Amino acid sequence: MKMRSVLLGTVFAAAGALGSASAAEVAVTCDTVGQAHDLCVKAVQEWEAKTGHTAKIVSVPQSATERLALYQQILGSGSNDIDVFQIDVIWPGILGSHLLDLKPYSKGVENEHFKPIIENNTYKGKLVAMPFYTDAGLMFYRKDLLEKYGKSVPTTWEELTATAKDVQAKERAAGNDKMWGFVYQAKAYEGLTCDAIEWIDSFGGGDIVNAEGDITVNNPKAAEALTLAASWVGDIAPEGVLNYMEEDARGVFQSGNSVFMRNWPYAWSLGQGADSPIKGKIGVTAVPKGGADGKASGALGGWQMAVSKYSKDPEAAASLALWLTSKEQQKNNAIEGSYNPTITALYDDKDVLAANPFMGDLKATFTNAVARPSRATGANYNKVSNAFYNAVHNVISGKSEADASLAKLEKDLKRIKRKAW
Amino acid sequence: MTPTDAAVHKTAPPTRAARTERSDLTSSRLRAAFLFLLPMMTVLGVVAGWPLVRTIWLGFTDANLVDLSVTEFIGIENYYAVYDGEAFGLLVDPEWWNAVWNTLWFSVISVSLETALGMAVALVLNLQFKGRGLVRAAVLVPWAIPTIVSAKMWSWMLHDQLGIINELLMGVGLIAEPIAWTANPDTAMWAVIMVDVWKTTPFMALLILAGLQMLPGDIYEAAKVDGVHPVKVFFKVTLPLIRPALVVAVVFRALDALRIFDLIYVLTSNSTTTMSMSVYARQQLVDFQEVGYGSAAATLLFLVIALITTLTLMAGKVNLSEDSK
Amino acid sequence: MKLSLKSLLFYGLVLAIVVVSVFPFYYAIITSFRSGTELFNPSALPGVIDFGNYLSIFKEQPFGTNIFNSIFVATVVVIISLVLAVTAAYALARIPFRGRGLLLMTILSVSMFPQVAILSGMFELIKAMGIYNSLPGLIVPNMVLTLPFTVWVLTTFMKELPKELEEAAIVDGASSLVIVRRVFLPLMWPALVTTGLLAFISAWNEFLFALTFTLSNEVRTVPVAIALMSGASKYELPWGNIMAASVVVTVPIVVLVLIFQRKIVAGLTAGAVKG
Repeated sequence: MKMRSVLLGTVFAAAGALGSASAAEVAVTCDTVGQAHDLCVKAVQEWEAKTGHTAKIVSVPQSATERLALYQQILGSGSNDIDVFQIDVIWPGILGSHLLDLKPYSKGVENEHFKPIIENNTYKGKLVAMPFYTDAGLMFYRKDLLEKYGKSVPTTWEELTATAKDVQAKERAAGNDKMWGFVYQAKAYEGLTCDAIEWIDSFGGGDIVNAEGDITVNNPKAAEALTLAASWVGDIAPEGVLNYMEEDARGVFQSGNSVFMRNWPYAWSLGQGADSPIKGKIGVTAVPKGGADGKASGALGGWQMAVSKYSKDPEAAASLALWLTSKEQQKNNAIEGSYNPTITALYDDKDVLAANPFMGDLKATFTNAVARPSRATGANYNKVSNAFYNAVHNVISGKSEADASLAKLEKDLKRIKRKAW
Repeated sequence: MTPTDAAVHKTAPPTRAARTERSDLTSSRLRAAFLFLLPMMTVLGVVAGWPLVRTIWLGFTDANLVDLSVTEFIGIENYYAVYDGEAFGLLVDPEWWNAVWNTLWFSVISVSLETALGMAVALVLNLQFKGRGLVRAAVLVPWAIPTIVSAKMWSWMLHDQLGIINELLMGVGLIAEPIAWTANPDTAMWAVIMVDVWKTTPFMALLILAGLQMLPGDIYEAAKVDGVHPVKVFFKVTLPLIRPALVVAVVFRALDALRIFDLIYVLTSNSTTTMSMSVYARQQLVDFQEVGYGSAAATLLFLVIALITTLTLMAGKVNLSEDSK
Repeated sequence: MKLSLKSLLFYGLVLAIVVVSVFPFYYAIITSFRSGTELFNPSALPGVIDFGNYLSIFKEQPFGTNIFNSIFVATVVVIISLVLAVTAAYALARIPFRGRGLLLMTILSVSMFPQVAILSGMFELIKAMGIYNSLPGLIVPNMVLTLPFTVWVLTTFMKELPKELEEAAIVDGASSLVIVRRVFLPLMWPALVTTGLLAFISAWNEFLFALTFTLSNEVRTVPVAIALMSGASKYELPWGNIMAASVVVTVPIVVLVLIFQRKIVAGLTAGAVKG
C-alpha cells in the first residue's frame, strides 16, 4: 500500500514534467483530524469533481510555530512540494515574498471580504492570501455567578477587575476555595501579544507600531493598561497564568474555577458540550473597554489560503485556494464548524445566525478586531512580537514597572527597525 | 596474566617481545584500521559534512529566509560589529550570554544529578533479584516516551490549578497552596531540571550498567573473600574500572544537555528565565528568519560545547590516543 | 530477621525507582481513558475505562503504518550504526595509529551542533539525494544522531577488554575481521545491546528531521503522527488521543527491552571469561 503510493508519486512526478494541461495534481495543507479535517476533505473533493484536477492533502503540525517553521523550510528552498498553504493572519508579511499574487485569479471576489483582512493579506501591492476564516478575542463569563451576586456584565476593565474580585471572594467564602476571578493567556508567546494588544488598544494606547511603521507603544495609556494587568496576577488570576496558553485557561474556566476568561470563539462550543460542568452557564461578550472613553477591541486572528509561487500549476492551485475561501464554503464551515466567516454578507445570513447566535451580536467585534502590526513590520514581525511579549511579561510578572519596560521596549524596537522594517 | 591483572595494572609497560611482534604486524594492522574506518567516515562525511560546513559558512553571511538568493559574505559582523558607535552582534548580546549561563547552569546540575542517580539505579539493577527484568524495562520507560510527548505530559502534570503534582503534594500536606511550577521564575528552571533528570537518568543507568557488567567477576570474589567493605570496594575497585564508560556516558549526556531544546521550549516557551543556547539559536533561525545570525549562534554554541567537552575529557583523564591495555 | 530487614529496604528502594519511573506513564494510561471535561480532572485514580481514544487514533489516521515506519527506520539505523561502529571501534580502540585522538574528537564534534542548525543543510542534502518524503530520507539524517554515539561507546568498551584476548589470535595469523567476529563480538554483547537499545530509542523519538523531511502520512513516524494530532479546532488539544498514542508507542520499547534481557544477562557471564 505504502510502496504503491510512493511508486505512484514517482510516476506522477515524472508525468508532471511532461504536463497535461487538463488535469493537475495540487498539494494542499489541511488539519490532520477532527472536524476541520473533515470539512477540508469534503471541500477538496467537491473541487476535484468540479474541475477534474486532483488534490493531495498534506497534514501539517497543529502548533502554529512548528507549522511556520515547516513552511519556511519548504518555501525557503524553493520547493514545489506544497502548492496551497493554510497560513495564519500574521504570516503574509513573513512568507509574502514566496507567495503568488492572487489578484489575476480572484476576479474581484476579495471585495466581498472584510476590508481589514484583505489589507492585511496584501504584501507589497500583491494579494498573497485569501481569508479562510477569522477569529477575534472574546470575553467569556459565568452567567450564573454574575446573576447570583447581582452583577451586570462588565463593559470596562476596571469593572471587570472589581466584579472578578468580589465574586471570587464571595465564592471562596462559600467554600469554593479553587475559585479565581479571571484567566487568560500570559505565557511568553504569541498569545500574550494578542491579549496585551487588546489591553493596550482598548485604553487607546494604539497597536505597538502604527500603519505608517512608527513605533507608538511607549505612551501613558499603554502603561496604564499594563499596570492594571499586572495587578491581576496573584489577585484575581492565579500566578500560574503567567505560563498559560489557550487550553490552560479553558481548563480552569471549564472546570468551573473562574468567573471570567479571555479566549477565542472555539471555547464556546466546547464549554457548551454535554459533559461540561458549566454547560448553559456561559455568556460571551466583547473584550472590555479601557475606561469609560476606551473602546472594545478583540485581537484579530484567523487563517488564510495562499499559493506558493513555486507551484507547478499556479492556475489550478489558485482555483483551489479561491474555492476553499468562497462564500459557499465559508457558509458551510460556519454552520458545521462555527468558523467565523470573513464575508460581510454571511453575518446577516439566517442559516448562519441560527447555528451561531453570538455571531450576529458580536459582528462588530469581528469586523473591528485590532490587528497585530504584522503588516507594518513585515518580515520583522516575529522579532517585534517577541520583544513586545517579553516586555509585557516582565511587567505582569512584577519584574519591572510598566514605564521602564515600555521605554526599553521602544529602544529594542528601534534597534530592530534601524532604518526601515 | 589474567584479565584482572591486566585491568588493574593498566600502566604496565609492554614487553619487548610484544613490541617486536607489533612492528612486524604494524603495516597490515594499519591497513585493516584504514579499511575499518573508511565506511564509517564516508557515511559520516556525506551525512554530516555538508550540513555542518554550510552552517559555519552561513554564520559569516547575512542570509535571511525571506530571500536566500541575495546572501552576502559579511565577515564577522554577526559576531561583532559597530554601527553609529553602538555595538551589535552575538558577542555583545546580553540575551545570548543569559542563554549561555542558563544552559551551563542547567547542564551542570542536571548531568550531576543524573550521574549520581543513574549510578544508584545501575548498581541496583546489577544485583540479582526477583523481577529484575521487569524493573529494568520499567526504568527505561521515561527514556522511551518521545520527548515531545513527555514534555507536554509534564507541563500538564505541573499545571498549577489542574496538575496532579500539586494535587498530590497538597494531598499529603507537603504544600499548602498550589505552586505555579513553570510560571514562577524561581521554580521554572528547577521544573525543567526535574523533568530532564526523570527522563534521562535511564540513559545513564543503562550505560553504567553495561560498564558494570563487562567487569570481570573475580575481583569481587577476591574482595569478598578478603572481607573488604562493599563501600570501599565500590570506590577502590568498581569506580576506577568503570570510569571510561562513565566518562563517555557523562560526555554524551552533557552534549545533549548543552543542546537542550524541546523540553524547555514546551515547558516554558521563549521566556528569558529559562532560555537555552539552542532555544536562542532556533529563535533566530526560525522565528526571526535570521539564518546568518542564527548560524553564527549555532557555531558559537558548537565552540562552547567543544570547549566544555574537552575540559570534561581532561577532567575524566581520558587519553584519546592511549593504547589498549 | 536481620537479613529480611535489609532486603525489605532493598525492595523499598527498587519500588521507589519503579514508581518514580512509571508514574507519569501510569498517569498517561489513565488520561488515555478519559475524554471531554474529564481530562481537566487531576485525579490519580482511574475513572471510567473507555477505549474510544485508542480506536480513534487507528481509525482517523494510518497509525499502524506510522508505527511500522518508526520500527523500520529505527531498526535499519541501529543495524547500520552498529555494523559501521563495531569495525570502526576496533580500529580506534585496538590498533595504534597517529591522529586517533583527533579522529575521535572529529567524530564527536558532529554531535555538538544543535539539530535545528543543520536542518537546512540536511534538507538540501536529502533533496539532492532524491529521497525526500521517503523512509530512506529518514534513515540518512538519523545516522548523524546515532553514529558518533555508537562509535564512541563501543570504542570505550573495546579499549577496556584485556590485550591478551587478541594477541593469541594475531600470532595465529587471524585477520582483523576474524578477530572482531570471533574474539570481540561475543564479549561485547552487553555493550552492543545497550548502545543498540539507546540508539534505537533516539531514532524512535527523533522528531525534527522526521517532521521536516516527510509530507505524506504514509511515511511519517510516530512522534510526528502524535504531534500532528489535533482537536476539532485550532487551539484545542486532543489530550486523550495523544496519551493513547503515547501508551501505544511505549509498549514496543518495553517489549524490546524484555526480549533483549537475556542478551544483557548473557554478557554478565561472558565478561568474566578467563584470559
